[in-house]
Amino acid sequence: MVKLIGRRLIQMVLIILVASLLLFAIFDTPEFKRRLAVQELGGFAVSALSQDAYNEWLARRGLDVPFYQRYFNWIGKIVQGDFGFSYEKNRPVGPLLADRLANTGILALCVFALMIPISLTLGVLSGMREGSGLDRSITFLSVFTTSIPEIATAIILTVVFALGLGLLPAKSAMIAGFDPWQLVLPVLTLVIYDFGYVARMTRASMAEVMTSQYIRTAILKGIPYRRVVMKHALRNALIAPFTVIVLQMNWLLSGVVVVEVFFEYDGFGKLLLEAALFPDVEVVQACTLVAVVVAVTSQIISDVGYTFLNPRIRFS
Amino acid sequence: MAVTSLSPPPVPLLKRLQKPRIAALIFAIAWLPLMAYVMAGDQLGDLEQYVLVPAIPAVILLYLICMAAFRESWIALLGATLVFFWFFIAVAAPYLPLIDPNKPIAPFTTPLTEKSGFFFWLGTDFKGRDMLSRTLWGCQRVLVWGVTATFVAYVVGTAFGLIAGYISGWWDEVISFLANVLLSFPVMVLFIVILNYLGPSGFNIVIAVTFASAPAIMRIVRGLVLDVKTRDYVFAAQTRGESALWIMVVELLPNVRGPIIVDACLRLGYTTVAITTLTFLGLGLQPPDPDWGLMIKESAKTAMLFKFSYMLLIPALSVSSLILGFNLMADGLREMSLRD
Repeated sequence: MVKLIGRRLIQMVLIILVASLLLFAIFDTPEFKRRLAVQELGGFAVSALSQDAYNEWLARRGLDVPFYQRYFNWIGKIVQGDFGFSYEKNRPVGPLLADRLANTGILALCVFALMIPISLTLGVLSGMREGSGLDRSITFLSVFTTSIPEIATAIILTVVFALGLGLLPAKSAMIAGFDPWQLVLPVLTLVIYDFGYVARMTRASMAEVMTSQYIRTAILKGIPYRRVVMKHALRNALIAPFTVIVLQMNWLLSGVVVVEVFFEYDGFGKLLLEAALFPDVEVVQACTLVAVVVAVTSQIISDVGYTFLNPRIRFS
Repeated sequence: MAVTSLSPPPVPLLKRLQKPRIAALIFAIAWLPLMAYVMAGDQLGDLEQYVLVPAIPAVILLYLICMAAFRESWIALLGATLVFFWFFIAVAAPYLPLIDPNKPIAPFTTPLTEKSGFFFWLGTDFKGRDMLSRTLWGCQRVLVWGVTATFVAYVVGTAFGLIAGYISGWWDEVISFLANVLLSFPVMVLFIVILNYLGPSGFNIVIAVTFASAPAIMRIVRGLVLDVKTRDYVFAAQTRGESALWIMVVELLPNVRGPIIVDACLRLGYTTVAITTLTFLGLGLQPPDPDWGLMIKESAKTAMLFKFSYMLLIPALSVSSLILGFNLMADGLREMSLRD
């Protein structure tokens, strides 16, 4: 167990290091730096940029030092909590990112709090009796909702609940302080898109457990069906969905970009997109690195959690 | 009398056309002109008007073939119908009696009204361009770039998957590690980083989708190859002294095809979502040509009234129907493959 965690941790650090190297290198190519210089110096075209002006800009931004030196510098600073400086927003990236991550955290928490009970219930209900009418309708519903992209779900919900019925605010900019009502539409959008996948995974796992020997034995022994499901089947059927839910973090970080931009919610995804369009390189790098760390960490939690929860592996 | 009963019953035409090679040929007749039209329409000159003509019967024929092949599963039939509806529209758009999609006529005209001598079935957008025409034309770009990007991602992913699975050893270690690194980026973040670096355009979307999808495809193919490579026919080929390349392409590839086709249908859906979303975010296809993501992006600021919400709803429902089509097709195909 400890050996497994150790091996996964080493792998995680390696992956993050390589990802950060790629991330640093991609924005360090001469063409990209020239484009950036033109944008910041206010020139018209890359070809019109004189070599002297470019060199001066490089020196001012501290970009004339060799690549590897700057890379290690960057990593060292990030480890100490200094994420660089945002040239667009004119403030350090660290506090900015912390603010936005907290906002996205609230969003993600609400999404998980709603999605987990809904998807597990639906998955268990449909996996309990495979092929029944209930199973078929739940399966179709989940295919249907996962087929509608977040952007379309967001539009439909906005048109119905905000523009049509006027029940909820259409935008979630939170200009006049925190307002929980403004969270409803973004959270609903993400839940509707995400629950189907988890429900289908739960269904598959539940269906597999229900056909196993020990469940058949339990039913043949005359234990009431309800009790078989609640006591015997659920425990083992919920191990696989656990990993899926944790891995859902990675998907959520993708979906969050669209939803935050559409609803103008000031979160991590909107920050990343604005920085990318500007382009505000240090913010893009910091955001991406955070996203990678979150994604890799969730992968490890799901792996280790799976082995921990699975008695067959735990006791071997 | 006895002679006639011995002769095999006649095979229906659609059954005969179901052979992969013939279906692929018909698909090429429908697909290549469309690709040329969308990607290099300016360079075609006078030919541009006629290039899509042979594609129309090809699409209809292809649809009939699919109908015959998917008879067992109504889910697959429904999916194929949705997909082929948009495919047909994409091919037939230049010949349909539509108003020019880029011509501003009467801004903010609600659906089913007549204005300036035109009847607008679906109304007009904030610039006064016909929504019906823009929606129908819009599927061309989404479809062409989506399918191209998925195809390229498949070629790259399958090649790496075959190498990692069959040759294994160091190749496998390196390829799998790089795939893990790419998979550790959330998809949308990876798209944003790559397109931020390359700049927004259709070809760059193909590159970005390849980077995002190929690692997952490679993993699937690698797993399938690891399962298949211990079969007798692979050993037979090795004993015959066939080269590794020959074994990978001729022995392994056809035998991992089944699960890949189902996954490809699902991935077509993902890619369509990605392209629409990226265009909405301003990192994808560029104006002025119509495109669903672009229509949403342009209307998101101006159509925030219930009266004008059709500007957002129409492209949103269109893209959803196409993705639903791909997903239902994948579901039906999986069901059919499990039954066999």
